[in-house]
This record gives sequence, C-alpha cells and structure tokens, in this order.
Amino acid sequence: MSACLDIANLSAVLPNGQRVLRSVSLAVQPGEVRALVGESGAGKTMIGKAVLGVLPSSVRLVEGDMLLEGEDLGRLQPKARRTLIGARTALIPQDPLTALNPSRRIGPQMTDRLVRILGWSGEKADRRTRQLLDEVQIRDPERVLKSYPHELSGGMRQRVLIAAAFAAEPRLIVADEPTTALDVTVQKQILRLIAALQREHGTAILFVTHDLGVVAKISQKVSVLYAGKVVEEADTAALFAAPQHAYTRALMAATPRYTDPFASLKPVDGAVLAGLAAEIAAADLAWRRPHG
Amino acid sequence: MVEPLFSVRGLKVALPDMTRKPLIGRAPLAEILKGFDFDLPKGSVTGIVGESGSGKSTLGRALVRLLEPSAGSIGFDGRDITHLPEAELRPLRRNLQMIFQDPMSSLNPRRTIASIIAAPLKQNGLGDNLKARVAEALQRVGLPQSFAGRYRHELSGGQRQRVGIARALALSPKFVLADEIVSGLDVSTQAQILTLLEKLAADMGLTVAFISHDLSVIRRLCRQVIVMREGMIVEASATDALFDNPRQAYTRDLIGAIPLPEIDAGWLDIPAAAKAPT
Repeated sequence: MSACLDIANLSAVLPNGQRVLRSVSLAVQPGEVRALVGESGAGKTMIGKAVLGVLPSSVRLVEGDMLLEGEDLGRLQPKARRTLIGARTALIPQDPLTALNPSRRIGPQMTDRLVRILGWSGEKADRRTRQLLDEVQIRDPERVLKSYPHELSGGMRQRVLIAAAFAAEPRLIVADEPTTALDVTVQKQILRLIAALQREHGTAILFVTHDLGVVAKISQKVSVLYAGKVVEEADTAALFAAPQHAYTRALMAATPRYTDPFASLKPVDGAVLAGLAAEIAAADLAWRRPHG
Repeated sequence: MVEPLFSVRGLKVALPDMTRKPLIGRAPLAEILKGFDFDLPKGSVTGIVGESGSGKSTLGRALVRLLEPSAGSIGFDGRDITHLPEAELRPLRRNLQMIFQDPMSSLNPRRTIASIIAAPLKQNGLGDNLKARVAEALQRVGLPQSFAGRYRHELSGGQRQRVGIARALALSPKFVLADEIVSGLDVSTQAQILTLLEKLAADMGLTVAFISHDLSVIRRLCRQVIVMREGMIVEASATDALFDNPRQAYTRDLIGAIPLPEIDAGWLDIPAAAKAPT
C-alpha cells in the first residue's frame, strides 16, 4: 500500500541561505495520524504549509520530493498541483477566527469551497455541509449556517472548520495546532471529535502540535522536530515508552504533569542543547558539500 | 494559621459590556465577578485557575487595584484598599507588582532593558545607586549583565519574561500578580521560567497570585488553588487536597481534560457515564 503522504529529504531555505527545513523525511499512511511535535521555530508548521503548497514566498524548497497518494507534487504544473492538493487535502487551522471570513455567514463559506474547487452542485454541497455539522455534533445547524463567525464561541468555530475540512472527503488533513487556542475541556471535546471523524472517514492526518500530551492521545506515529530537522521518529507508544533522542527525553521531562509535579517541569539541560546544535551543524556541513 | 496578605470579602466587579453598547450612550455594565470571599496567605503562591471568560484576569486586576470593585472589600496588609484613589494607592504600588503574559507587549520597545528595570525604582525614590540595583535585578533572574544595554527585540521569549520578572521584583514587593506568564512560551522555556519564579518566591518570601489555565503547572507551583468559573469560586482549597480529592464535578472535569504526556488509549473514548447520565 502506498503512503498517503510521502516526504523525502525535503529542504527549504530562506533568502539569506539559512536552512529552515533540513532533509525532512516522513510518511503518513492512509488513515493514520502522524504527529509533528516541536517547539516554536522547529519548522512543524512549515512542513504542513509545504504539503499544502502555501509556503510564504520567502521560503524556497531546494530539494526533496513530496508524494501525495503517489503523485509527485514537484513534477506537476502549478495549476494541476493546486487542483490535486485542493481535492485531496484540507486544513484545520489553529485560529478559527482568522481562518473564517468575518463578513460572510458560515453557510456560504462552507459550501463555496465544495462548489468552486470540487465542482459540486449547490444542493449537494448544502446537504453535505449539514451532514458534517451533524457529525461534529452541532445541534442547531440552521442557526450556525446563518451566523457570522463572531457570533459563535471558539469551540463552535473550531467545530465548523473541522466539519469544513472533512466535508470534501480529503485523503489527508493537515491539522495545525487545532486545539492550542482552546480551553482544556473544549480541547478534549475537539480532540475526541477529530479522532472519531478520522476513524470513521479513514482520513490520514498530519497533526502539528507543540504539546506532547496531545501527541500521546491523538497520534499513532510521531516525528520530533528541532530546528527543521527530524531528530526522532517512532510509533507514538514506543516514543513514550522509551524516547531515544536526548532532546525528546528533555522535552518530556520539561512537560508539566499534575500527577508527578516534582519529577516534571525540568528545564532543558544545556548539554542537550549543545548536542543538538552540534548535530544541526554537522548535518548542514554534510549537506552543503555536494552543492559546493 | 498564617496571617493573610489579602482579605477579600464579597468582591464584585462590573465592567462595561461593549457587545451590548448602544450606538449612542453608555454600555450597560456586566458583572464579571459575582461575589468573592477568600484570603491570600502571606508568603505563599496561590493558583487562580479557570477557563477563558471565567474572570481570573479581572480578579487579578482588582487585587492590584487596576480596577475598582463595584461592591465588597479588598484588604491588603491590614488596610482597606477597595476604593482608595490613585494618589493614595501610589505609595502602595511598590508592593503590588505584576508580571504580564506577553513580555513583547509589556516591555517598552524603545527603552533598554536597564532603563525598563530602572523605571519602577526611580518612580519609588530608589534612584540612587541605580546601576547596582539593576545589576542585582538582572543577576537575580539569571541574565548576564551585558543585557542591560539591549532592547526587547534582541531577546528570546524566555529572556524577555525574565526581564518582566526582574522589573516586578526590583522593588522587593510584598505581592506579585503573575497572569499567565508562561502561556506564550515553549515547554522547555516554560520550565526555566517557572522554576525561577518558584525559587525567587521562596527566597524572597513573596506572596504570589499565579493565574493560569494549566492545572499541571499550578500543582507544582502553588500551595493553594482557587478554581473559578463564570465569575464565581467553584472550589478553593489546598493544592494537594484539590487534586487528590476534588469536591466539585467541574474541578474533576478540568483535571480530567488535561492531556498527560503518556499513552492512555481510552482517553478519547466517550465515557459511558457521559452517554447515559444517572
């Protein structure tokens, strides 16, 4: 079975030549949740944007391949690539308020995408939207469809975007910190919802997060990123049972746990950071050589 | 029983509700805090936890009298400060310090770190020997002396928050309000900042109100916890008691919703109890 998403040796640079992605390789199998975890600046959102073809113009991909269901995104013409990405992927963004147009009602925002990108009839799109709103447990779809984004709570807005993401039956969803802005109790509901829909629809998810707690609950596979480099990749269960990389262990020790307050919240050791810096430097040195 | 630094009785705060403001005229008042009674014991860290909109930041602002209560009373260090005018509050301000959530917006971009830390010292008549006092404040929070001449944008998020702490503690205040001071930071930086605050609070005998949405952090740092919801106290007790034996369903829900960094296959399942409430 071919992977839903297969990224191989992806590197990206800024105009000043600084590498922001360092030969990233990862695969997401159909129906699997792969977590991308790292701290700010690790490049986890960058990978999601690269997959969706929405990298900022200053970031240039300089090597590597991205295969979406076996189709090489790098070899496609821009228009064909956009069509393919639009049909097979979707995004659940971090901040639903900026992702929604504040001056339009929810209903047309949700159906437009289905009509314009997938060429569905308005009626079909409308039916599908209502079905998905039901699946995300929105009890009064009429009211929500007629609402403007600011009239809904944060949790409701995120439900709307989850419904919109699943509506087009994408094969892959990039979820970029989808619960970071939410309260813990709402976060739990939203994670439950994403997990249930993901299982039901067999959708693969690239789940970007900084929270190891969320990683443990939602994902089957995980890639740990630091400075644009995958430092560890494992089955989620294996990662939490026996983290291999010193950085992964340090991250785990730094994450607070109410069950073990004094064994957690350990500041990251300077030696770990020094080791990481050396690892990154060595990787860059090795990488520059073939390119002169 | 430790003598309380703060004694709050029947505290209510009402603020203008801008969402219901008519086009012309005043916005109606909405009650944000609906009657609070609690003491903050001297020399310990008290956690204030709640979800967004619960009023925890409003409570903090009322404590340091950035807001004036609409009813009830706030006693600080044996003195009623509920309705003190600003002129009379000013001498007390050196003992009512704040550390803010976002040091990027709470540090002046046009001033050097040294002048940011010196500002409260000058205002409180401690302008003599400024250089030494700033140096001491930097050293206290583990920043090198060379940072004195830098600007906010030259610092990382964690370093900026250290400056925020240095500024708040420069006057050796009796009380510090820490409002979500690590929610913008990465976990590794968060751990550094929290262990620093923990150490300084213990060393300096500070009374701290630590506002946070993160119960895991609260358990580590705080001796007692106030759980808030919709402007009311749900539960207030010693930290260990709260976690080991939460009395309120809401507290149990809050604790149960924390995703711990460990595998728990059933965590995302909808519990049978939720499906069929008894």
